[in-house]
Amino acid sequence: MTATRSNPVLAIRNAEKQFGAVHALKGVSLEAHRGEVLALLGDNGAGKSTLVKCISGVHGLDAGQIFLEGEKVSLPSPAAARRAGIETVYQDLALFDNLTPAQNFYCGREIAFPSWLPAGLRFLSSRKMDREAAAVLERLKVKLPKLESPVALMSGGQRQAIAVARASVFARKLVILDEPTAALGLRESRKVLDLVAQLRVEGNAVILITHNMEHVLELADRAVVLRQGRKVGELKPDRNNQQQLVSLIVGAES
Amino acid sequence: MVNIAGDRPVEAGMTSEVRAHHGLSWISLGLWLLGVGPLLILVVLVGVIAALTPDFLKPGNIANIVSQTAVIAIVAVGQHLVILTRGIDLSVGANLALATVIGGLVYRQVDSAFLVMLAMVLAGGAVGAINGIAYVFGRLPHPFIITLAMLSICRGLALELAIGHTTMRGMPDAIAVIGGASSFGIPNSFFIVFGVALLIFVMAKAMVWGRWTYSVGGQPDAALRMGIPVKGVLISTYVISGLCAGIGAVVLAGRTEAASPLYGNLLELDTIAAVIIGGASFLGGRGHIGHALVGAMMIGVIRNALNLLGVDVFFQMIAIGLIIVIAVEADVLRNHLEGRARVLQAARVS
Ligand SMILES: Nc1ncnc2c1ncn2[C@@H]1O[C@H](COP(=O)(O)OP(=O)(O)O)[C@@H](O)[C@H]1O
Ligand SMILES: [Mg+2]
Repeated sequence: MTATRSNPVLAIRNAEKQFGAVHALKGVSLEAHRGEVLALLGDNGAGKSTLVKCISGVHGLDAGQIFLEGEKVSLPSPAAARRAGIETVYQDLALFDNLTPAQNFYCGREIAFPSWLPAGLRFLSSRKMDREAAAVLERLKVKLPKLESPVALMSGGQRQAIAVARASVFARKLVILDEPTAALGLRESRKVLDLVAQLRVEGNAVILITHNMEHVLELADRAVVLRQGRKVGELKPDRNNQQQLVSLIVGAES
Repeated sequence: MVNIAGDRPVEAGMTSEVRAHHGLSWISLGLWLLGVGPLLILVVLVGVIAALTPDFLKPGNIANIVSQTAVIAIVAVGQHLVILTRGIDLSVGANLALATVIGGLVYRQVDSAFLVMLAMVLAGGAVGAINGIAYVFGRLPHPFIITLAMLSICRGLALELAIGHTTMRGMPDAIAVIGGASSFGIPNSFFIVFGVALLIFVMAKAMVWGRWTYSVGGQPDAALRMGIPVKGVLISTYVISGLCAGIGAVVLAGRTEAASPLYGNLLELDTIAAVIIGGASFLGGRGHIGHALVGAMMIGVIRNALNLLGVDVFFQMIAIGLIIVIAVEADVLRNHLEGRARVLQAARVS
């Protein structure tokens, strides 16, 4: 299941990020490979969200480099990161309540015509977008009550499933999930975890932030642990080193 | 942390699924009723009033309502776009007044209906652009303040510019025809409302710009992350609101054959009320052109009916205020029902 070690799709080198007095990232380096789920672990405030926000273009790094398939890139905006093939599923900001699943899928990259008009003045190919979104949800076995109603009417799990499905369609390199199951019950978490496994099968690199050790053991091929902005460990999680992983996270060195 | 219904053992889950299914049916019905509510209320209102006063449904009176409501409807169409993006445009009434005055001044220079109309519409659009640009680039927390400031500035400017600081009589014939005359027994202003509404409807529903507007209203932060040009979208809604005020100015100046710095008094409240009682959400992201039109019609019908019935004008204000309260509560109820629907969805076996 582990990918070839050859060339990582994403490599971070010595990432530094400071918010005023808070030093959120202190020289963090990591790699993500295709066909691999990388768990990003750490206590609250460890810097996990900050790191993935830097990768998905929300924040810029103060120092350090980001390489995509070996090439140094700068990701000045979320849109730039998406164009580069990086999709992010945020815990809260995932979807637009007032839009349907298909509208959510294509929000910000609508299929529209004619191409000679400025983007905003083009006409939506609504039927095409509806059809393709429905096909993707079908393929990923995401069951929704009604495709034409706004996602406001759908449960947390259904919404998160839509967000992950969207990411899987548009990601060409990397999918980042920041605590995708934090607000979900057991059964709904299950569905989302299955989708995450599906992302890996489809050949994406996956970075998964979670506090749930069971999820880590089940899904992660590798785990990177952050503590107070520093990378304090990297290992392949299994039942035997679970305790070690927890110690790394909370900082109780043995 | 434990999900209320989602994690129950299988047997309990089956019954909770059935219960969830029933609950969802009721919620769907409730949401549907809330959706058609305003139109339903308008129809019932018309029925009741028609029964009370036979004069109400006479063609002459209907035409009267339409031409009196046209200005509110046109400006409410613009206002609804602003409210869709969680904003508010308090300047529309003063903007309209200033636009008529500028049109009146142009008329004193050249007797060209086209140039006078152009001046009014562009003046409205320019005020809208100032609103939008100041709001977005001034990094204001809410458009309330800037549009309130523009209300004051426009009203003051209109009074300052108007000859004699008061109403200026006279408008080109073509404008008088647009605002005051009828074709095939239908007031021409109706066709203006129809044209403006159709154009905005197409832009909002069929064009990418419309989708962006809804996403900015639904989740501004997420829209930014999706790469939507949020600032441009926000500015565009204020520009369109201003243009609608300018078009409203043409209709009102035409109907009265005059320009006046006193026009459009409290029009901002009428249009906001129209959008809200029509059924759009004040929380942003929910609403369409039908809401603005139904709301405007409701205001027009209530005013007209209470006039016919000889009810005090003060009572009209109270009645419209009460309907606003009901509409806002309906919005709250809709949110509540949607929240319930989410919980019940989680309870269903998927
Ligand atoms: N936008 C921000 N402004 C200021 N401080 C921030 C910001 N985002 C994160 N931080 C701080 O950076 C540190 C790391 O936060 P975060 O990356 O959210 O941690 P985690 O996701 O691991 O819980 C925390 O101390 C947090 O308060
Ligand atoms: Mg976090």
